[in-house]
Amino acid sequence: MTEAAVKEEKKITDEGLEVGVQNLTAERIQKVINRVLKGESGARLKAYVDTCVHCGLCSEACHYYLSHDKDPQYSPVGKVKQTLWKMLKARGNVSADFIKRASEIASTECNACKRCAMYCPFGIDIAYMMLTVRRICHLLGVTPLYIQDTAHSHAVTMNQMWIKDDEWIDTLQWQEEEAQAEIPTLRIPLEREGADIMYSVIGPEPKFQAQLLYQAAVIMDVAGVDWTMPATPGWDNSDMAMYTGDNEIMGRVKRAHFETAARLRVNRIVMGECGHAFRSVYDMGNRWLGWRMPPIPIVHAIDFYYELIQNKKITITEKFKEPVTLHDPCNVIRGGGLAEKARYVVNAICEELIEMHPNREHNYCCCAGGGVINCGPPYKMTRMDGNRIKAEQLFAAKSRGAKILIAPCHNCHSGLEDINHHYGLGYEIKFISDILYEVMDKPA
Amino acid sequence: MHSIYNFVSGPLAWLAFILFIGGCLYRLISLMVLVHRKEKFIYSYMSLKYSLRSIFRWSTPFATENMRRHPALTIVAFAFHICLILTPLFLLAHVTLIEESWNLSWWTLPEGLAEIMTLIVVAACVFFLVRRLVNPEVRYVTSVSDYILLAIVAAPFITGFLVYYQWFGYQTLLILHILSGEVMLVAIPFTRLSHMLFAPLTRAYMGSEFGGVRHARDW
Ligand code: HEM
Ligand code: HEM
Ligand code: SF4
Ligand code: SF4
Ligand code: SF4
Repeated sequence: MTEAAVKEEKKITDEGLEVGVQNLTAERIQKVINRVLKGESGARLKAYVDTCVHCGLCSEACHYYLSHDKDPQYSPVGKVKQTLWKMLKARGNVSADFIKRASEIASTECNACKRCAMYCPFGIDIAYMMLTVRRICHLLGVTPLYIQDTAHSHAVTMNQMWIKDDEWIDTLQWQEEEAQAEIPTLRIPLEREGADIMYSVIGPEPKFQAQLLYQAAVIMDVAGVDWTMPATPGWDNSDMAMYTGDNEIMGRVKRAHFETAARLRVNRIVMGECGHAFRSVYDMGNRWLGWRMPPIPIVHAIDFYYELIQNKKITITEKFKEPVTLHDPCNVIRGGGLAEKARYVVNAICEELIEMHPNREHNYCCCAGGGVINCGPPYKMTRMDGNRIKAEQLFAAKSRGAKILIAPCHNCHSGLEDINHHYGLGYEIKFISDILYEVMDKPA
Repeated sequence: MHSIYNFVSGPLAWLAFILFIGGCLYRLISLMVLVHRKEKFIYSYMSLKYSLRSIFRWSTPFATENMRRHPALTIVAFAFHICLILTPLFLLAHVTLIEESWNLSWWTLPEGLAEIMTLIVVAACVFFLVRRLVNPEVRYVTSVSDYILLAIVAAPFITGFLVYYQWFGYQTLLILHILSGEVMLVAIPFTRLSHMLFAPLTRAYMGSEFGGVRHARDW
């Protein structure tokens, strides 16, 4: 492992924060803080704040804390101290600069991964508290620029990447044609009402990773799945508004997604390998809309591959040879319980799985999630310095022989790619579908 | 002196118990009202099975990853809480007082054991204090109130112990002891010591979320 770049105390400048802060007045800050802390929040926030005995036991859960040589400013409770405690104590009477720093802490120094909730003896949910801080900062207009831009894109286009409606359809048809070179009868069925499954993806797939649509189409086709994709907005299951605290937009985006599935009268929604999108349809967005559980069952890709392999809808020609290690994305493992299914799938398609430690629910987050990577280039080093522990964990797995790193989550994928480069780990990073597509039986 | 004793062990003790019990009820009820008013959805996620799974797991020494990481603290914290709750409840002196007033009595701890348990509580408080002073991550989130709370908890045990040995003025110490005991009782509902009331609730909620929705362990 190469040495981390020399640490220079570089001031991060983020236009979203700089400009946002200039529009603040003391009255506005106080009004918004009280609106959120007194008006919108309720028993959970109160119980969490009043119950915390300031014991610091959550510290070792957090990769930021571990990666910064146990600097207490990065401990979960330390972040609450620097944000919520002060706001509560001052009854909202805090400065504009305080809000700026609070936004930075909540949006870029916490991935909302909830690992700390497993370490606190009371189960205090610090991710929830950090999201509450983000909500305050959102209402004050002090959100990092890049992620705010994606939230705007959601608001305008109902997808994350400013993709126009015709571009979306074009991309699907383009991938259909590409795949027809391999399987001439393959279709990407658009707008087929009454299909069993609607397949939804995140905005970056058509924008940057169209080959993933290709692979998914081949998997669906070979497995003989009765599926469809929408040709209208509502195809994107991702959600950055959820992470900026813009709950209203989160609700609109999720409603569009569920209503599209309802319009197509499908039985289930299957989604690609994405963690935060799963959180948004399975945990946060549905709740905002008043659904205890998603109104239409959601099946994450890992779960779906598990089903296809177990039911022998997909068979494996020859397992993937090189030893792999598996990153457990928090949002589907700690958030969706897919740890064992992920292992079933990986063992079914790969010869050798070398576990990294810790793993399953206890895995370290990639440091990209929770919208942090979406805060853009200004915070790249925040993520690199903030996750040295991940590099160490990956390095240890590598020294035991792992060559390929499987990351079944888009955010994790990009975040781990950065860590891989920055720390010179030399992994090749893949989605499950990359390998599944490669090793499955396909019509000759 | 005698009239002070009568006052602190009479009306003031009543007041303390009323504030303690009333305060606990008030805190619990007002939290429930808040849930009812604003976060009713919480009820729909609560699961008895997963609540108990979580509470049981976190009440068992070394049953969670984080307890295994901090073996000394785990032992001290369990010993502290057990002794803290059992000693005053089953103390011969306390039960005798109640018997004199209400003719009610129950099993009591052997005196020697009660003494050891008292010392365990005091020693644990010292441990917590040192930890707070020495561990950077604890120190960072410590405020004066944390020290005051530790003192409030330690005081009835220290004074109770001194009364038992009658080392200094018995009367004065006894009055001090009773006062400090009353302060501690009243502090439970109105300070962070209310974690006694809320711990089962926050655990039950997190346990239900992890078990019922997230299908993952919460330990
Ligand atoms: C309502 C108030 C209380 C009254 C009237 C009261 C009264 C007494 C009395 C009369 C004694 C015996 C002293 C002796 O041996 O002569 C005593 C001892 C003791 N009390 Fe209390 N007490 C009260 C509250 C508490 C509380 C709240 C605690 C702890 C949480 C506590 C802990 C102890 C301990 C640890 C001892 C001495 C045990 C030993 O070392 O033998 N007391 N108390
Ligand atoms: C029966 C319910 C209770 C539960 C489940 C409970 C649980 C806990 C837990 C989980 C901690 C965290 C840190 C650790 O393990 O050391 C803690 C700390 C503590 N508790 Fe409790 N507790 C209860 C009752 C009480 C009561 C009745 C008191 C005192 C009146 C008390 C006083 C303390 C103190 C002083 C600390 C240490 C704080 C520090 O580190 O300075 N607890 N408790
Ligand atoms: S990054 Fe994860 S472990 Fe750290 S404070 Fe946020 S939710 Fe907790
Ligand atoms: S572990 Fe829980 S109680 Fe202790 S400081 Fe962290 S959040 Fe507070
Ligand atoms: S990006 Fe991946 S590891 Fe990080 S929070 Fe999301 S799911 Fe977890």
